[in-house]
Amino acid sequence: MSTIISLPDQSTATLPKKNYINAEHGLLSWLLTADHKRIALLYLFSITFFFFIGGFFAGMVRLELLTPAGDLMAADTYNKMFTMHGIVMIFLFLVPSVPATLGNFFLPIMIGAKDLAFPKINLLSWYLYMVAGVFVITTLVLGGVDTGWTFTTPLSTHYLNTHVATTATGIFIAGFSSIFTGLNFIVTVHRMRAPGMTWFRLPLFVWSNYAASVLMVLGTPVLAIAIVLVALERTIGIGVFDPTKGGDPLLFQHLFWFYSHPAVYIMILPGFGVISEVVSTFTRKRVFGYTAVAFSSVAIAVFGFFVWAHHMFIMGVSNYSALVFSLLTMLVAVPSAIKIFNWAFTMQKGSITFETPMLYVFGFIGLFTIGGLTGVFLGSLGMDVMLTETYFVVAHFHFVMVGGMLMAFLAGIHFWWPKMTGRMYPEGVSKFAAVVTFIGFILTFFPQFVVGYLGMPRRYAAYPPEYQVLNVLSTAGATVLGVGYMLPLFYLAWSLKYGAIAGSNPWQATGLEWQIQSPPLTENFTETPIVTQEAYDYEWLAKKQERELQHVG
Amino acid sequence: MQISPVLWQFLTKWLTSSALWPDQASTIAPWADALYIFLWLMTVVGVILVGALVLTFAIRYRKERHPEAVQIEGSTLLEATWTIIPLGIFLFVFVWGAWLYFRIYNPPADAMQVYVVGKQWMWKAEHPGGQHEINALHVPSGRPVQLTMISQDVFHSYSIPAFRVKREVIPGRYTTVWFNATKPGTYHLFCTQYCGTLHSGMIGEITVMDPADYQKWTEESTSGMSLAQNGERLFASLGCISCHSGNATASGPNLAGVYGSKIKMDDGTEQVATDGFLRDVILNPSQHVPYGYKPIMPTYQGQISEEGLIDLVEYIKGLKTNYRVQQTLDTSKSDDAAPITPVASQKVTQ
Amino acid sequence: MSIASTITHPPEPEIHPSHDVHEHPFYQKHHFETAEQQREAASFGMWLFLLTEIMFFGGLFFAYLLYRNWYYEAFVSASNSLNMPLGLLNTIVLISSSFTMAMAVHSSEIRDLKKLKLFLWLTILLGFVFLGIKTVEYHDKFVEHHVPGASFDIKDFVNPPKGSLDKPLTVDMANKTQIYFSLYFAMTGVHALHMIIGIAILFVLVWKARTGLYTSGYVQPIENFGLYWHFVDIVWIFLFPFLYLINRH
Repeated sequence: MSTIISLPDQSTATLPKKNYINAEHGLLSWLLTADHKRIALLYLFSITFFFFIGGFFAGMVRLELLTPAGDLMAADTYNKMFTMHGIVMIFLFLVPSVPATLGNFFLPIMIGAKDLAFPKINLLSWYLYMVAGVFVITTLVLGGVDTGWTFTTPLSTHYLNTHVATTATGIFIAGFSSIFTGLNFIVTVHRMRAPGMTWFRLPLFVWSNYAASVLMVLGTPVLAIAIVLVALERTIGIGVFDPTKGGDPLLFQHLFWFYSHPAVYIMILPGFGVISEVVSTFTRKRVFGYTAVAFSSVAIAVFGFFVWAHHMFIMGVSNYSALVFSLLTMLVAVPSAIKIFNWAFTMQKGSITFETPMLYVFGFIGLFTIGGLTGVFLGSLGMDVMLTETYFVVAHFHFVMVGGMLMAFLAGIHFWWPKMTGRMYPEGVSKFAAVVTFIGFILTFFPQFVVGYLGMPRRYAAYPPEYQVLNVLSTAGATVLGVGYMLPLFYLAWSLKYGAIAGSNPWQATGLEWQIQSPPLTENFTETPIVTQEAYDYEWLAKKQERELQHVG
Repeated sequence: MQISPVLWQFLTKWLTSSALWPDQASTIAPWADALYIFLWLMTVVGVILVGALVLTFAIRYRKERHPEAVQIEGSTLLEATWTIIPLGIFLFVFVWGAWLYFRIYNPPADAMQVYVVGKQWMWKAEHPGGQHEINALHVPSGRPVQLTMISQDVFHSYSIPAFRVKREVIPGRYTTVWFNATKPGTYHLFCTQYCGTLHSGMIGEITVMDPADYQKWTEESTSGMSLAQNGERLFASLGCISCHSGNATASGPNLAGVYGSKIKMDDGTEQVATDGFLRDVILNPSQHVPYGYKPIMPTYQGQISEEGLIDLVEYIKGLKTNYRVQQTLDTSKSDDAAPITPVASQKVTQ
Repeated sequence: MSIASTITHPPEPEIHPSHDVHEHPFYQKHHFETAEQQREAASFGMWLFLLTEIMFFGGLFFAYLLYRNWYYEAFVSASNSLNMPLGLLNTIVLISSSFTMAMAVHSSEIRDLKKLKLFLWLTILLGFVFLGIKTVEYHDKFVEHHVPGASFDIKDFVNPPKGSLDKPLTVDMANKTQIYFSLYFAMTGVHALHMIIGIAILFVLVWKARTGLYTSGYVQPIENFGLYWHFVDIVWIFLFPFLYLINRH
């Protein structure tokens, strides 16, 4: 069984006359659209905007940490900076990133549907997201909030006089946006698959988004209620979390982490899906052990719900529940390990090329392996005592979320850019950006592992001078990283006008989305596809192309 | 070539402070570092393994060398291998970590007690002998020390990196941590749980001293009143003594020797009188009524500070016999101290 | 689509439900292949939404069970201070409204516009009755200083008014009644919010139903709203015994 796939000649490709972008004109046609592809683009613009806002806060944090003393800004300004960084990046960037943009755009096409099951609810999700964004920006304008993104009670409820309720409202609304996205995806995958598209013919991107959606639908409401109770405690003085009234402040921790631990899987799972697609495409080979990769996503989603208390090992949970949660944490690490090896072995006997998305995948595999394994440090009870609440946690989290998720997101953006816009991104400069990002990332976050074990606590505006060297390295790296993230903004914008015309299948990928024109029609398919092949069936693709060639000939 | 002075300074700084772990200043530290090193070995081996696989495949199977992709479904054997081996390693780490955790949080019975109260943004340490410290803690080397900690306001976290220990300090309940310092010196104390504006200012110094130096220090820095003595005063002035007099007719239980014992409660359960239990009884008496007594004890919520509670707990802990209580009772009677609690009800005869 | 009309359609061919075979019903959205698919998707989506609602209330119920276990006596006394007859009346009102809602769904299925409008209005009316009674209860609690916050007063629990069957609580336990009332207001408040949203949607449905939109085969919105309404009802069925009937004399 072997296949030769050669990339098509793009010089003859033309942009299709009719597509979803030029189907209608005017601002209203975008703001009132029910087309999942247009909504995906709306999301793409919005999350990019918030990404750079959040990035700005990260930059300020790193600048302050350049020197040991708290000299650039006052302590409470610094606290607001890292709080806003966390809130914006997590609730307004990471959670919606892949699902709401790439997922929104490609999930329906991949399963052969004309749209998501509920297009209007999809648009509503985006509006809710924007309202949440407005709340967060309002907080910012009014003077910010300094609870930390974890909203620890009773600090957030009784000891701060910043705009906690406004932010909480924003997060509550953002939560509903993500619930509706998740709900839409689940129903779409269950009910909208094209004839012949069985569950085990679904691309792995669909599986992983499906798993993330389950987490969104079941986890987010618990955060919502916890946030509501915090807001009520602040405003009208109910006392569910207030220790002076007999409330249990640990209850908030339980409710918060019941969502916020699964939330990291909400963030990373869709990224896994992107990696599967890209690895397969650029090795011209089916994903090694499709079933294992699909089920490991589901396993992560299931186990992900039963590990939340590993954020509370030092908070006085009973020793025995700590044991159980540590054990489950070890178990949830296994499916991720499985995926890493499956992706590595997908490359075996492939026919590999090294376009930008593939470079990001290499970056992802390296960084996520480190990020995942350092998670085992934190899941291990005795080690967690030393490491938790230090920069080690910060480094681990960023290795997984930035090194893992953001790399995957960028891989996906580059991979599907030709499909979304009809034009290629410039290969040279984008490869450069990928390498810059990787180097900048390592330089920024690796020193934080070391400084964390040395004992530097997180969320410190000032720190003892012996930690300075590592912090300087980290800040230097952040500068490089910043450049790496700015570059795509420019060359992708440039490519909208000047990029080479892509044609329908520039990578010779097998997904249904690559069998239609780029950019696609509003209704995606001229007629409902009938699926007879499994996912990543390159022989089917080769045969199909042969047939088409004969037709034309 | 001229190296810029700034860069030079930076490089020397780097070379002189390139430690990978903090001082090993407690008995736990070497054990924690051993696990830490093992975990990094696991990580390095894992990354090298994955990196080598990816790199080898990327070179061997690049398009120029290998234009034809061979379609492979998967391999149950290989997949089982990379499921079971990581699982085995992770379980091993779990057992090791759990063992270490129990070592860190289960204090030896003979540990010396120090109390810590956290508040925005300072640490107050109270030694049983009446030494009070702020943002500092003096401990002897070679002797287990247990900290019983509580917060007056928000969550804090007491972290001593050189000892590899840390514990959340929570409002409304005691948490404990212990260590056995091995190396005299001064070490960092951090609050690691974000606690508001001056979070990064909630730091201090742990001073480990030779037992002899420590002895000297305790003598020099005592406030003159031990915690138990303070507690005794409170015990009298709050009127505790009128019910807990230890007399056969007293309406409250005799507290002599109560610390550490198992108490039968009126809901049929048994509870151990720990520090936390004693504190909670003073604040929420009606939830902790001993078997055979009436729920008549008033709450002292809002009347005693956390420090006062510590004093009381320390006093009750030290009550081995009723002798002191009786003495205090006699003095307070002669002072005409009015009993605060209603004395209408009597101990129910069993 | 009623059951009868489902049967008249043969099962769709496995391969490709063609566009040409059937006329699409007017309400079928363009991105669905068949009306059946649309209906299944909508009701599946609704059930999923209700699942998120269960998780939402689940957090509150979890908190409730935790504190009830810790502060049982305070919960009993505080619970006894609620107006049980009014709560019971509200339970009956809500169950009736579930019945009228079920009748509305049925009317939509049998395509009877007059009945549909009648039952939707009745449901709205019962919804308002529920909220009205709830307002009275809230008002009482406000007057009694049982609303958590600055004006909260525990005197009723330390010195129960004459004629009360409750034994007096000690001050520390009486303070915990504030936890009970926090949960009471949070839970019933969130529930009432669901009722208000429900009534707002009912008004929209009544408005849109007037031209016969839902009485010509397009049952789905009515049916889905019915699911929502029944869910809100079921939440109350749990809230009522949990909050009102902890330990009645």
